[in-house]
Amino acid sequence: MSFKTLRHGLLGGAIAALAMVSAAGTASAAGELNIYNWGNYTNPELIEKFAKAYDVKVTLTDYDSNTTALTKVKAGGHGFDIVVPSANYVPIFVKEGLLLESRPDQMENFKNVDPQWVDVPWDPGRKYTAPWQWGTTGVAVNTSAYAGDPNTAAIFLDPPAELVGKVNVVPEMNDVIGIAIMYVGGEPCTEDKAVLRKVRDTLMAAKPKWQSMDYGMTEKMSNNDVMASVNWNGSTFRIRLNNPKVVYGYPKEGYVVWMDSVAVLKDAKNVENAKLFQNFIMDPENAALISAFARYANGINGSEAYMPEDMKTAPEIVVPAEFKAAGKFLPTCSKEARDLYTAIWTELRK
Amino acid sequence: MRRAEIRRNWLLATPALILLLAAASGPLLIAVVYSVLEPGDYSGVVWKLSGEGWFRVLFNRDIFDDTVSLADAHLTIFWRSASLSLMTTFFTLLLGFPTAYFIATRPLRQRMLWLFLVTIPFWTNLLIRTFAIMEVIRNEGIANSTLMALGLIDAPIQMLYTDASVLAGMVYVYLPLMVLPLYASLDRLDFRLVEAAYDLYASRIAVLRRVIIPLVKPGIVAGSILVFIPSLGAYVTPRVLGGGKNMMISNLIELQFGEGRNWPLGAALSITLLAFVMVALIFYVRNMAGEQRNG
Amino acid sequence: MAEGTHRRFSVRRMPGFTSIAMLTFAMLYGPIVILVIYAFNAGESVALWEGFSLRWFVTAWDNTQVQEATFRSLIVAGAASLTATVLATMAALGTTRTRPYPGSLVIYALINQPLMVPEIVTAVALLIVFAMIKIATGYSGLIFLIAAHAAFCVPFAYLPIRARLEGMNLDYETAAADLYAPPWQVFRRVTLPLMAPGIVAGAMLAFVISLDDVVITEFVKSAGQDTLPTYMLGQLRRMVTPEVNAISTALLGVTVVLLTAFFVLNRQRR
Repeated sequence: MSFKTLRHGLLGGAIAALAMVSAAGTASAAGELNIYNWGNYTNPELIEKFAKAYDVKVTLTDYDSNTTALTKVKAGGHGFDIVVPSANYVPIFVKEGLLLESRPDQMENFKNVDPQWVDVPWDPGRKYTAPWQWGTTGVAVNTSAYAGDPNTAAIFLDPPAELVGKVNVVPEMNDVIGIAIMYVGGEPCTEDKAVLRKVRDTLMAAKPKWQSMDYGMTEKMSNNDVMASVNWNGSTFRIRLNNPKVVYGYPKEGYVVWMDSVAVLKDAKNVENAKLFQNFIMDPENAALISAFARYANGINGSEAYMPEDMKTAPEIVVPAEFKAAGKFLPTCSKEARDLYTAIWTELRK
Repeated sequence: MRRAEIRRNWLLATPALILLLAAASGPLLIAVVYSVLEPGDYSGVVWKLSGEGWFRVLFNRDIFDDTVSLADAHLTIFWRSASLSLMTTFFTLLLGFPTAYFIATRPLRQRMLWLFLVTIPFWTNLLIRTFAIMEVIRNEGIANSTLMALGLIDAPIQMLYTDASVLAGMVYVYLPLMVLPLYASLDRLDFRLVEAAYDLYASRIAVLRRVIIPLVKPGIVAGSILVFIPSLGAYVTPRVLGGGKNMMISNLIELQFGEGRNWPLGAALSITLLAFVMVALIFYVRNMAGEQRNG
Repeated sequence: MAEGTHRRFSVRRMPGFTSIAMLTFAMLYGPIVILVIYAFNAGESVALWEGFSLRWFVTAWDNTQVQEATFRSLIVAGAASLTATVLATMAALGTTRTRPYPGSLVIYALINQPLMVPEIVTAVALLIVFAMIKIATGYSGLIFLIAAHAAFCVPFAYLPIRARLEGMNLDYETAAADLYAPPWQVFRRVTLPLMAPGIVAGAMLAFVISLDDVVITEFVKSAGQDTLPTYMLGQLRRMVTPEVNAISTALLGVTVVLLTAFFVLNRQRR
């Protein structure tokens, strides 16, 4: 073995690397847009269409959680123009002074926004954010394992005998504790200790009956590794296409409705392009592109016409009228409530 | 030792120390400061002194009746991580030593190829590699189908989400961290010493125990450190293969920096871990060095 | 070497070791085979086989985001492991084969420190420091990522090199010096070749460690600086598609071709 050859190889590699590094630092600043969004959430066709329409170079960067996005944006120096936080995080971004009041409500395409998504609690009147996608967190059940009523949180909080040892719970603290609070009769973000004691006891009693606390249910429920799970509606829709025995349940005690919204950052360098993007996604045809990719609804009227056929009538995407009332947005919890939740969550997973 | 030599040693170490101070140890001072502040409303900290972060590392104030007790959740999680790391180190050594020995006894020009063969699987992403392991051991996976086809079992054995599957996954992920330092040390093993031992009618076991292992001890030390400490911080593998019902120490710390939004507690927990590992490491290295000198 | 192979009794052989090594290699490559198979999956999942197709190679080929992430991973890992290996080699020379001296324990602890702190802590701390620098200088290139990676790669490169150096025979170096070879010549012609296996092992480890890093990268990266692991992490919560399997398979293919070429050429030269 000659180390000389290796050394030459390494040297060549290093020079090439340095050349690319310096090139990466000097991209031109004209006509750019830097989007910071959840991973695997943005349709490449949408980006391409926007880039062509406005002659803008779009760069997409991914994050994996609201807290990561918040921490990075707060630290500054990141170079992003647009962020897509969840409903309960929008008020935090606003209070920390991180968002630009870009007034989507005055934009041309705002007329397309479904009225129910205009006066939303996290951004009344839509002064900061444009709708991206919304969905629900409920339960997915494989009817070959359990044929009873799937529309209850008891599927995971008090599993029926058929599902013991076969239930998964996604490790999302806010969603899981939120549903558990509604199950025992409280309001999300409550600080009522009597309610929280019930929540803790219910969760602790249910945990031994769970199989796992993991993501990736689209695969695991499609191939029968898991028989029931706390799950998102869009994912359950994908599962049903693979495995028709799986149904989506809307817990009647209360389930979580969420929406991710597009906001412009205060320290954005490409404000005009960012605003153009907000307006762009409120167009029905473009909103349909978003939904066709990630498989969630978008809150833009008229987009149904451009949506894939299978989504138009899917009971996972179109909430049946009888279950509409049980859906709740998670508010932004106080520091005290959050401390209590973290303590319960730690206890649960110790 | 002469002054000039000490100066030379420090000079040699300086560039590495500068990089580490700038991009690892220095920023860590921020964590030390944060650990004695109060958590901010939504994230970060507010500049008010508070011992609460440190207090909560060890003690738990019951959220329902405010009684103070030992934080058994933290201790349980800590112990789980430590014992998993110990087992991982043991099994990587068990598999890694013969593998490194095998590579080191190949003809000179083949060794590089075998080394590459050890590392190439790790050029692919950790997550999809872990998913691939999952595909082997799931109920309808390859391992169970094969066993059933051979008639060895009638019904699938639950392998996924067991402690054994987590351990197997960890050993898989951390194996190169053991093999490479062991190889670096075994490669210079002087087989004349081994031959001399055989000439003195030593058995193979005795040669291994009394001659080879003492000679490659630096490699064993390096490999054990490189497996034990990083595996303390592992969380992808335990979560995917273990089902994630129980947290590891790094999940706990991440929870505090993430959804829990309690940075001071997260910082205090990390510094506790750092102190624990540092003491264990120094003790371990001194102990091994001492044995080497006396043995 | 030769006398060992002529005899029936080989001093190098340890019974069972070769079998265990073969088992280890089989274990290492088992999951890789599956990973490659799923790159050709017609379905959308990395765990549910739906027939053969090249669609994910086409998807990956069309997806500039994932391609750029892959190249960026390789650049960062290459630059960071090279830096870390050079610095670690120097540090190892300064801390081994010498009696403890004032500060030697401090150096040892500092060098190994990145191993001991959970990544998330380093990540948050680095984010805060680097953000200040980025705001102050207006520069936010890949250098920040490379520096962060190089720092946590140092111990991974250092420990194998140190293990190699420890107790390495001083005779050759003394002999060379006795023959009036200048110190630099002694180092280049004698010490360095003797250290080489340790350096190679350390560099390989550093490269692999950098290639797999998620948490620190996630916090340090600026706009448009996703690496393959952070790209994957973003997918985790929604759905992991075989696209990355396709990328990895292509990467493995290139690696195998390059390695084969390298070894064939090397063999012919001798």
